[in-house]
Amino acid sequence: MEFFRIKKDIPFMRHALTFNIISLITFVLAVFFLATRGLHLSVEFTGGTLVEVAYAEAPQLEPIRSALATSGYPDAQVQNFGSARDVLIRLPNREDLDTTKVSERTMATLHAVGGAPELRRVEFVGPQVGKELASDGAMALLLVIFGIVVYLAMRFEWRFAVSAIIANLHDVVIILGFFAFFQWEFSLPVLAAVLAVLGYSVNESVVVFDRVRETFKKKRGMTTPEVLDHAITSTISRTVITHGSTQMMVLAMLLFGGETLHYFAMALTIGILFGIYSSVLVASPLVMWLGVSREQFMKPKKEKEEAVV
Amino acid sequence: MNRYPLWKNILIGLVLFLGLIYTLPNFYGEVPAVQISSGKATLKLDASLNGTIEQTLRDAGIEYTGLFIDANSIRVRVPSTDVQLRAKDAIEKRLNPDPRDPSYVVALNLLSASPNWLTAINALPMYLGLDLRGGVHFLLQVDMPGAITKRLDATAADLRTLMRDKNVRHAGITREGNNVLLRFRDAEQREAARKAISAGTADLQLADRDDAADDLKLVATLSQNAQKNIRDFAIKQNITTLHNRINELGVAEPVIQQQGLDRIVVQLPGVQDVAKAKDILGRTATLEVRLVDETPGALEGALAGSVPLGTELYNERGGSPILVRNQVVLTGDRLTDAQPGFDGQTNEPAVHLTLDAAGSRIFRDVTRENVGKRMAILLIEKGKGEVVTAPVIRTEIGGGRVQISGRMTTQEASDVALLLRAGSLAAPMEIIEERTVGPSLGAENIAKGFHSTLWGFVAIAIFMSAYYMLFGLVSVIALAANLLLLVALLSLLQATLTLPGIAAMALTLGMAIDANVLINERIREELRNGVSPQAAIHAGYERAFDTILDSNITTLIAGIALLVFGSGPVRGFAVVHCLGILTSMFSAILISRMLANFIYGRRRKVESLSIGQIWKPGN
Repeated sequence: MEFFRIKKDIPFMRHALTFNIISLITFVLAVFFLATRGLHLSVEFTGGTLVEVAYAEAPQLEPIRSALATSGYPDAQVQNFGSARDVLIRLPNREDLDTTKVSERTMATLHAVGGAPELRRVEFVGPQVGKELASDGAMALLLVIFGIVVYLAMRFEWRFAVSAIIANLHDVVIILGFFAFFQWEFSLPVLAAVLAVLGYSVNESVVVFDRVRETFKKKRGMTTPEVLDHAITSTISRTVITHGSTQMMVLAMLLFGGETLHYFAMALTIGILFGIYSSVLVASPLVMWLGVSREQFMKPKKEKEEAVV
Repeated sequence: MNRYPLWKNILIGLVLFLGLIYTLPNFYGEVPAVQISSGKATLKLDASLNGTIEQTLRDAGIEYTGLFIDANSIRVRVPSTDVQLRAKDAIEKRLNPDPRDPSYVVALNLLSASPNWLTAINALPMYLGLDLRGGVHFLLQVDMPGAITKRLDATAADLRTLMRDKNVRHAGITREGNNVLLRFRDAEQREAARKAISAGTADLQLADRDDAADDLKLVATLSQNAQKNIRDFAIKQNITTLHNRINELGVAEPVIQQQGLDRIVVQLPGVQDVAKAKDILGRTATLEVRLVDETPGALEGALAGSVPLGTELYNERGGSPILVRNQVVLTGDRLTDAQPGFDGQTNEPAVHLTLDAAGSRIFRDVTRENVGKRMAILLIEKGKGEVVTAPVIRTEIGGGRVQISGRMTTQEASDVALLLRAGSLAAPMEIIEERTVGPSLGAENIAKGFHSTLWGFVAIAIFMSAYYMLFGLVSVIALAANLLLLVALLSLLQATLTLPGIAAMALTLGMAIDANVLINERIREELRNGVSPQAAIHAGYERAFDTILDSNITTLIAGIALLVFGSGPVRGFAVVHCLGILTSMFSAILISRMLANFIYGRRRKVESLSIGQIWKPGN
């Protein structure tokens, strides 16, 4: 089997502007939705209590809501989770409530309503923890960006580092944009997925850049856009197959992983799709516009030329 | 050129063999067991206990399949859950003849069913997190300002004693905010006090404050060093106390760890009764000894609504109100032991207390100076105080042996003793995070994670074999080896595996195939350019290496950032992710190369490689 039978290098760079405009529009849309709708943050970030219960038969949600309201939780959100038999209850933190007793009181109320609920899980997060998690997440993101830029700048060139990080950060924003648009729950595993995607799609840029460097060194007489086209064309087969394989795994998680892994796999799917696009078709033009050229990879010669000039 | 030296093959083989051994325990599943651990800090498990347990089980006619001892516990493996319950009851009855004062914690547990020789070389199954096995997780915040305040109160009491011992006349010692204020009428006494304090301790910093000519003050604050010591001590003391209390719950493998400067993580696998767990964690009983204010008319005034300054109104056990001075003579910190028992004369239930040296001295002095007066013994639980008893001091009490009696039942005496012995918390704590996972959800999470990984792997295996033929198969074997090594490493390190961890495992496999795709594509490309098969294999692996290294390092950077800043689920993800990157480098490069070498490297002449169809432009 051979999927890719490409005779000549595909002139990707001719459409560089188009690719970047497309990604700019998606990026702006993502920022727009993030700004207007915001993220639907999970209990881990906002603080509060989450109680998941399972019933033998699908319960009516309305009696549960009213029972919780009368027992002092008018702001409880009650919804089905996964199936009609599973119910998820979210209770925000309130200062006037004894937080340590919330889960017991909720369970007591549910038992009173009837239907023999089985406790599946409880998560209680105090207000101070949520803030810390958010700031830790931001710190992790910064550390990833810094680490990758420094590494790529050392291994390649600062132009590559800057292009790769711009391209991949915009992936992150787009994933967040999706979560804002659909109001999917943004939890800690999703955050982990987003950061993993960042590391993963930088991979993609690295593979292309590796080829760019190699082509610059080996083949003389090619213009920069031609070199980039050649590099992308010769790695495209690997790009598609690798991401196809990774996506198979993610798809398995999406299908079999259940509710807990659902959004984790969702973030990965979006990340993988946009990761391919951005790290190949956005990062490469950026490198070009930042002015990459053969001389940068021929360091000794470059010094001599400078001396002559 | 496509041959590994023998040592390299042996090394890879050895790694794989070890990987297999350490992965094995995960396949055996678990059997019921009874775990016995010490319930008291002073009680150590020893070999004689071993014999006792064996004897007990034999006497009760209970069969068991194994008995294991480690540093902290003895575990008895039993064939079924019925036997497990019977064994627990039998051992419990034998080891803890007095159920009110258990010396040992006897708990139900699960033990790996793997053969003993595996356990002997420390090959254990992966350590499952609470989201996979069910249980409760708490994060507790220690109230450090509270600890400091408590210490300052104690310091104020110590300073009073010191001033009296040194015959320094003062006009009052009180705590105000984070300072202790000492009032003096003249500078001379203040100077004497300063000298006495400085000679006695380095923990206090002293400063003068003159509010009026006859109102001279000495402001004592705790030094930075002392505050740090108090914080360190508070968290250690609280952890010890939690250990003691959790022992009462009979949890097989509790985790109690410090997190950060002022937090404690408590994990109780298998515990479902959250309410009881919380009750036990949150229980704070402290003992305070204070003097009773017996000024005529004061009690009547207090009952009418005007409590005199420096006193508090409490109810004595049994109902009658009593007015107690604020000044604390002695706190539970000075207590070394508390045992339930009976009063030697009246035969009433009582609690016998033993005080430490400093406590004994204070108690002796106070009783000597207050003969004929009443002394209140307060038990403060959950912020509410109760006077257990307020006896009249008949004579000086030395030797540090004190007895509390009065209107207690035997059960109450035993409870009070237990509470006091389990130790008071050095500082109050608050639950700031709680996760409870039911056992059914845990089992479901394992199944979901397992199925995701399995089917993802199968899909990749089919695709790779179809697309790259024999080289695809080599890649799949390398990927399987990667999974094997990752599971072995997780089992060996006993890192906690959580559902996000399983997700990371699946994701790592999905990403690890990248390296093999890179290699295979390179080989195809070399073949396309007309290079001979042997040279193509060589060049493929050689050239792909740089790219694989670069891309794995960038992924690793992200993984490490998650590890450093992540907590809870994120950390579980990051650990597996980082380890997975390392194992995938090893398996994708070395193992797949070794296999390719075995297949093609020995042949003198290779016509073509089974790597799928190679399409050449221009054909």
